Amino acid sequence: MSSGKHLNGIHVNHSKNTAGQAIIPMTLPEKVYIPMSQHIGAPCQPIVAVGDHVKVGQKIGDNEAPVCAPIHSSVSGDVVAISKAMSQMGRVDTIIEIVPDGKQEIAETVVPPVVTDKASFIKAVRESGVVGLGGATFPMSVKFNVREPAKVDTFIVNAAECEPFITVDHQNMLTHGQEIVDGVRAVLKWLNVERAFIGIETNKPDAIAKMKELTKDDSNITIAELRQVYPQGAERVIIYETTGRHLLAGKLPADVGCIVSNVTSVLKMQQFLATGMPLVSKSMTVDGNCVANPQNVDVPIGTPLCDVIEFCGGTTKEVKKIVLGGPMMGRAIPKDEYGVIKGNSAILCFDETFATQHEASACISCGKCVRGCPMNLMPCKLAKAWEQQNIDMLREYHVTTCMECGCCGYSCPARKQLNFEIKLAKQWVMTEDRKAADKAKAEAEAAKAKAEAEKEGGNK
Amino acid sequence: MSTKHTNLIVSSSPHVCDPVDTKTIMRAVVIALVPAFAVSCSVFGITALSMVAVCVAACVLFEAACRKLLNRPQTIGDWSAVVTGVILAFNLPSTLPYWMAVIGCFAALVLVKQLFGGLGQNFANPAIVGRIVLFIAFATPMTNWEITPRMSSVIREAAGADAVTGATPLGLLNKGIEVPVNDMAIGFINGSLGEISAVALLLGGIYLIYRKVITWEIPVAFLATVAVLAVLMGQNPLFHLCAGGAMLGAFFMATDYVTSPMTGKGKLIFGIGCGIMTMLIRQFGSYPEGVSFAILLMNILTPHIDNWTKTKLNGVQNGGAK
Ligand code: SF4
Ligand code: SF4
Repeated sequence: MSSGKHLNGIHVNHSKNTAGQAIIPMTLPEKVYIPMSQHIGAPCQPIVAVGDHVKVGQKIGDNEAPVCAPIHSSVSGDVVAISKAMSQMGRVDTIIEIVPDGKQEIAETVVPPVVTDKASFIKAVRESGVVGLGGATFPMSVKFNVREPAKVDTFIVNAAECEPFITVDHQNMLTHGQEIVDGVRAVLKWLNVERAFIGIETNKPDAIAKMKELTKDDSNITIAELRQVYPQGAERVIIYETTGRHLLAGKLPADVGCIVSNVTSVLKMQQFLATGMPLVSKSMTVDGNCVANPQNVDVPIGTPLCDVIEFCGGTTKEVKKIVLGGPMMGRAIPKDEYGVIKGNSAILCFDETFATQHEASACISCGKCVRGCPMNLMPCKLAKAWEQQNIDMLREYHVTTCMECGCCGYSCPARKQLNFEIKLAKQWVMTEDRKAADKAKAEAEAAKAKAEAEKEGGNK
Repeated sequence: MSTKHTNLIVSSSPHVCDPVDTKTIMRAVVIALVPAFAVSCSVFGITALSMVAVCVAACVLFEAACRKLLNRPQTIGDWSAVVTGVILAFNLPSTLPYWMAVIGCFAALVLVKQLFGGLGQNFANPAIVGRIVLFIAFATPMTNWEITPRMSSVIREAAGADAVTGATPLGLLNKGIEVPVNDMAIGFINGSLGEISAVALLLGGIYLIYRKVITWEIPVAFLATVAVLAVLMGQNPLFHLCAGGAMLGAFFMATDYVTSPMTGKGKLIFGIGCGIMTMLIRQFGSYPEGVSFAILLMNILTPHIDNWTKTKLNGVQNGGAK
């Protein structure tokens, strides 16, 4: 268990207004817009054509690339267009547009997969289309397929849900606890991992109690009660808080013997194992001070965001900002016509009281950013180095280990956009490092070629 | 068809922030100084009020003028000039002519703060430098400690029946006279305007810690060191905690963000250093009081302390140590 020591973090207002609200299935939209790039890795290629009739759970996009997760239709209906358009990620993407026929017929391919060993398990996880549903969107099957499986001894289920507002993981534990536990058992069994932690922040006592009750006979599954300090759900933080191991920058959880999965990802994986229904809908929290009826909804993938907001009663005030995901790390989007993707866990609509940017003033050296940084960085120093374009100082203060959690930006009384500046600085240093590495490599090769040429010349 | 929202504000995360900003912090400091100000008014009467008013007005005016002349954005809204004004006034004797006080404000605001780039850039605490400049320039008026009827009988008797000014408890201690600690704790003593009431300052300091404006390390390390050294020197530790600027310095001046270390460990070192210097000056220095000099010296050491106590990084091998 944890060593009793903790990483730094900050106290944020939880705003879990929708806690305890059941997840309501959303009505079918008029049209779904399913982008082919919903995960980290290679985008899918459409495997249906305009005019095709598709059913719920039918695979419509896939790619042979090593890092990819297939995409399935969330509705039964007709493919009316396959277009190139901007997705919510701000990139041009291939988007399959399907008009539902309202029947929601289930595809014939939806049958429980046969799992007999590790390989078939990982294949099944791939076919489920599940990715990191907390927002990381890394394909789950790739995560499970570690290079050195013998080193991995711990499976960590991330149920911290440390971002304010979001309550779907909480709700899923309350209503689907058994399936989650079954999923954890399946992972431990097929990946041959010794033990599992389910990390839950103590602001969800009912979920903790429920999961404890469900796992009371599993000696290898521990419910880890996490402090209410943001960001408990960050991969490095939850690894440290449960196992006491430090995940260094540039390393993968598997390097310290861990695999970390979001709790809803585990649930969706288990549902696929049990029923063969892949990931076709996403549970999300719709909240923010503009939404008429803040609630948790289960949304078919590809549903336009504006339809989801409308389903929750629309908005009561003029919306100035819409954030996908939590307010600490979520993305603000310019408009809400995009289709919902797998990684969306919340839609937050804010009026100008939230949306207005505060003007930054001078750093007063209060040290709050330093005390709040889970990586023990000095954000104020990093921001200063960025403002002075001082790359040596950025390196000296290890800018590249920043995990972009936003604690520093949240706590700064001078309202400096610390984590934004640090992110830019980090990208800069990484680009320069890569350039330097490429140059060194090219030089080394040139030197080698020259040496060989000389050697050959000498031999003659 | 659903209502579409377009033209939304796109900005980087986080999309929420801590409600505490610079202004709230500065205002909290002013609030924390109110109890000490109240005691000061009751002991010194109207002069306490007018001295604070003069210093605050001068500081705010100097700040505004500097920003204007230097063509920088106006910053008087952040209340930091007000804080400097109040703290400087608290460090002056009630009898000081106002024009001298204004010179102190000039040194603090213009020379130390604005010429170095404004809030956050100064190398030393502006109020302390203001006080020290006055102390060196106007040594006699700066050590002219008014005696009022509210003060401890020990002080009044020591000064003589009709005296209007007299030595402070620290000065008297050198002569072997000890003022009762309960008079000192409440503030029935002479001295600088705002430093007399240890209890009121302690109250304000606790409020600042409670509001998370400051952390406990500097004041606790500072005061504990003073107390321990007093015991080692065979003197009453409570006397030393209540005397001179110890409380005011520990809670309100040594904790100045810019000029004190950032990490907890650094703050402890800083606080201990302040305590040691204070007691050394009190015992062996040519001035009876040493808090301002002690803090100033430690201010100068702050960048080095920050370097020695760099945080251990979690993201790199060995915490980033070379
Ligand atoms: S965003 Fe980076 S620098 Fe800021 S608190 Fe998080 S890890 Fe630290
Ligand atoms: S939180 Fe802001 S004001 Fe405080 S030290 Fe960090 S950058 Fe400076």
